[in-house]
Amino acid sequence: MRASILRDLRSAAVATVVLTAILGLGYPALMTGFAQVAFKSQADGSLITLKGRVVGSKLAAQAFTSASYFHERPSATSPAYNAAATTFSNLGPTDPALATEVHQQIAAILKLESPYNPGLTVHDIPVDAVVPSGSGIDPEISIAYADLQSRRVAALRHLPLESVAALIKRYTDGRSWGLFGEPGVNVLELNIALDRESGR
Amino acid sequence: MSGQGWAQILVYVAVVVALAYPLGLWMARVYGSFRAPRPLRVVERGFYRLVGTDPEREQDWKGYAVSVMVVTVVSGLVLYAIQRLQEHLPLNPDHLKAVPAHIALNTTASFLTNTNFQFYGGETTMSYLTQMAGLAVQNFFAPAVALAVLAALIRGLARKTTSELGNFWVDFYRSIAYILVPIAVVFAVFLVWQGVPQTFGGHATAATLQGGTQAIARGPVASQEAIKMIGTNGGGFYNSNSAVPFENPNGLTNFVEMIAILLIPMAEVFMFGRMVLARRHAWAVFAAMFALLALGAGVLEGAEHHGSAVLRASGVNLAQSASSSGGNMTDKEVRFGITDTALWSDLATATGNGGANGGYEALTPAGGGTALVNIFAGEVVFGGVGSGLYGMIFYILIAVFIAGLMVGRTPEYLGKKIEAREIKFAAVGALFCPTLAVSLAAISVVTKSNLRAIFDPGAHGFTEALYAWTSETFNNGSAFGGYTVNNFLAEAGGMAMLVGRYVPIVAALAIAGSLARKKVAPVSAGTFRTDGATFSVLLIGVIILTAGLMILPALFLGPIAEGLH
Repeated sequence: MRASILRDLRSAAVATVVLTAILGLGYPALMTGFAQVAFKSQADGSLITLKGRVVGSKLAAQAFTSASYFHERPSATSPAYNAAATTFSNLGPTDPALATEVHQQIAAILKLESPYNPGLTVHDIPVDAVVPSGSGIDPEISIAYADLQSRRVAALRHLPLESVAALIKRYTDGRSWGLFGEPGVNVLELNIALDRESGR
Repeated sequence: MSGQGWAQILVYVAVVVALAYPLGLWMARVYGSFRAPRPLRVVERGFYRLVGTDPEREQDWKGYAVSVMVVTVVSGLVLYAIQRLQEHLPLNPDHLKAVPAHIALNTTASFLTNTNFQFYGGETTMSYLTQMAGLAVQNFFAPAVALAVLAALIRGLARKTTSELGNFWVDFYRSIAYILVPIAVVFAVFLVWQGVPQTFGGHATAATLQGGTQAIARGPVASQEAIKMIGTNGGGFYNSNSAVPFENPNGLTNFVEMIAILLIPMAEVFMFGRMVLARRHAWAVFAAMFALLALGAGVLEGAEHHGSAVLRASGVNLAQSASSSGGNMTDKEVRFGITDTALWSDLATATGNGGANGGYEALTPAGGGTALVNIFAGEVVFGGVGSGLYGMIFYILIAVFIAGLMVGRTPEYLGKKIEAREIKFAAVGALFCPTLAVSLAAISVVTKSNLRAIFDPGAHGFTEALYAWTSETFNNGSAFGGYTVNNFLAEAGGMAMLVGRYVPIVAALAIAGSLARKKVAPVSAGTFRTDGATFSVLLIGVIILTAGLMILPALFLGPIAEGLH
């Protein structure tokens, strides 16, 4: 028995070293080499570059507070939309803190959007607009939330509503293969396109 | 749920079964007569020579168990050392400090046992080296060890009058080289194509449109994500796991990752049927697992589409439409919506994966309760890679034993007489984890210092604690993420994960050793049949009577109390 344990110890040590080298270093290094050649942009984080400067990633929400931009969903990261420290909000379904946050968000949206959407009520606000996302950097909002914001953005930018609606449509990522997942509007791409449209 | 939602789920089931079936037959060959083509065989022989094992020499159950333990201890020490020393080691572009001792201990236990419970945020705690050479290596080792144990147990059922169960090092190597690595490579390539980062470049810094700056965590994510999903590991590169777009960028990656969750655990059932030459019995086991999986998915889908109490009271629009997924979107992502997040949550808790594409803590009481029950059922609804099926075999033996008592005959399973010794070990294997989990949860909610770890108030807070101990003991790894860490929780949690893993493993191997020695009795008219719907129903009944009744009182204190709130 003791001899067999000693033999196992040697086997385990060798196996750990050899397989750590292969699986822990070789495998990710090979994958990185391949990815950097074949899918450079994705492998680097789907970064978006404007005039030679990285302005964000297609896959990460960023803070938009100005009223002339489309706004993202709420985020529980610290600070909000921290793409280097993602987190859930972990607010339970009956947590009073969730109720407080939802009510604050509803009030803020009604105040911001009502001037451009006469007769707006809480029932017109889609749920994704008032609750934190899973990652805290969800790059998308629902089409309904984008539509709700479109009148404000169009008015403040003096753009026809139709051209803003066309941009929303253009930056809506549909379901993969028409079947998998849900459609959503990529806020960063949409706002970049808006800036371009407004000549900024 | 919409027609598109149903279509998606049906396509999912069709694709996963269509892939798992041939994979299962392939795995039966890998643990059977498979001889690799020449270049691969040279590598394989080289590995056996390096580790000093004779592949022809098989082990009895004790020898096999010792090998399992030794590789666990040795590779565990390496993982712990890498975490503690990471600031002095290369591949740490974001200059992360050493992982604190109690977190490193918990994390080591967590990844050794295929739990991947995470008391840390990946992108803010672990260097690239720790992620790759520490955590991801265990993401290969842990499922390989469990697959090896499963192969040994199945040989114990299939063989007669022998003490030999196979050579651990051969089974371990073959699990990695012929099952895990090929799937992981294909999957990693797919993921990076779809947008999962794969770089050693460290954080990217963006100058945002409004004139701020944003740091974007990246890394060798795709290679790790691939093995994390297929090995039922579930430990995310990022804190928010597969909810983060960099781990799971779109509906298609989500679909494929959900396939990856179930693929190997489901394939094992078909492999089992082939190896013990009992296809119809394997289908009966499959049916029981599938029924429980579908039941959980049904409850989760219904509850999450309905929405939570707070959201319903707020008056916002929870209706599902072409422009909004509606429902309980708290801690969920728009690109997955309700249908895909609810389905994922069922899959990841029924199997040992524990990964998340949305927050578990924010699920409705019925949804979160379902996730909890899925884990508490013993991780046998397909379950963890390897561990799911050997866990189910404990229940099968108990079911056969109970049926034997009812008809007044010595119970037999696959021609082997089931006697006191096997039933004792099966009972230990099936009851050890539930007992430990509820005991630890009870301790944690009557000690003041541990009550402070609870984040949410009321009944939900109790569920938080219960969920943490259940997830750790049963090696699932998902979490009600608000639960915070202290030294006791980290260390006792680490111990819970280790005994929750290795007590059943030893029980499984002991059963294998004892069954392998028996003769095979011919089937007679009095033999209790283990195929057909009757057996599936009996098996489900046994799971409900054992694990189900043990969790029921706690369910009243947690999710049910909260649901009636």
